[in-house]
Amino acid sequence: MKRSIAPIFWLMFGAGGMLAALFGPALVIMTGLAAPFGVGFSPNLIDYSHAIAFARHPLGKLVLLAIIALFAWHGAERIYLTLKDMHLGSRLTLAWLSYGSAGAVTVATTATLLAIGF
Amino acid sequence: MRPPYLRAIDPHWWAKPPYLAYTLREATGIAIVAYALVLLIGVICLALGENAYEGWLGFLASRWSLALHAMILIAMVFHVWTWFAIMPKTMPRLIIGGYYVEPRLITAAGIMVAALTSLLLLLIALMISQ
Repeated sequence: MKRSIAPIFWLMFGAGGMLAALFGPALVIMTGLAAPFGVGFSPNLIDYSHAIAFARHPLGKLVLLAIIALFAWHGAERIYLTLKDMHLGSRLTLAWLSYGSAGAVTVATTATLLAIGF
Repeated sequence: MRPPYLRAIDPHWWAKPPYLAYTLREATGIAIVAYALVLLIGVICLALGENAYEGWLGFLASRWSLALHAMILIAMVFHVWTWFAIMPKTMPRLIIGGYYVEPRLITAAGIMVAALTSLLLLLIALMISQ
């Protein structure tokens, strides 16, 4: 029997879903609502000097890559399955579109974080 | 050979109950991808330099970003709820001390843990920011 590679996608879907469930609301409140408008947090929490220091630290890089890439793979699985159920294209086309986009996001994030340097 | 019987399917089935609930749950994936993209653009601006990054911060402080992030937050909270609502169905039966743990209890425990971890992250960020 030919082995399916679907479990790899399920794993990424599950990891991203759990990360979003545990920290998603706090992340959105922090980076999207509170810090930019100076509510609760001082806006310099995400200013250039703090952000670049965070992105230069290996742990900071890991956190950013985990959030961005796993969220992308999580969403890609949901979008792929929904579009497939809606019969909006062939399975292969939809899989390439959704998983391909998540892969592109992963590569772009990794490359940018490496370009920022240590 | 007889042609196979194909039941007519309403092309808008996904927008009608009971499937609408599943469609809404799956749609949270779009919001989570949107948030990842906002962060990715931020990281790219960060790599481009201080001016580009200030531009991204300017977008974050705009009305458009506020509306976008408000929608993402609603979707995120809905995701937390559905994620743990499904959890008992995706894991093996949990038996503790010879007693079968009710699915409702697993869902409630999951949501409580998620509330705690999110709160903890916010508190740590607040402490660092002070």
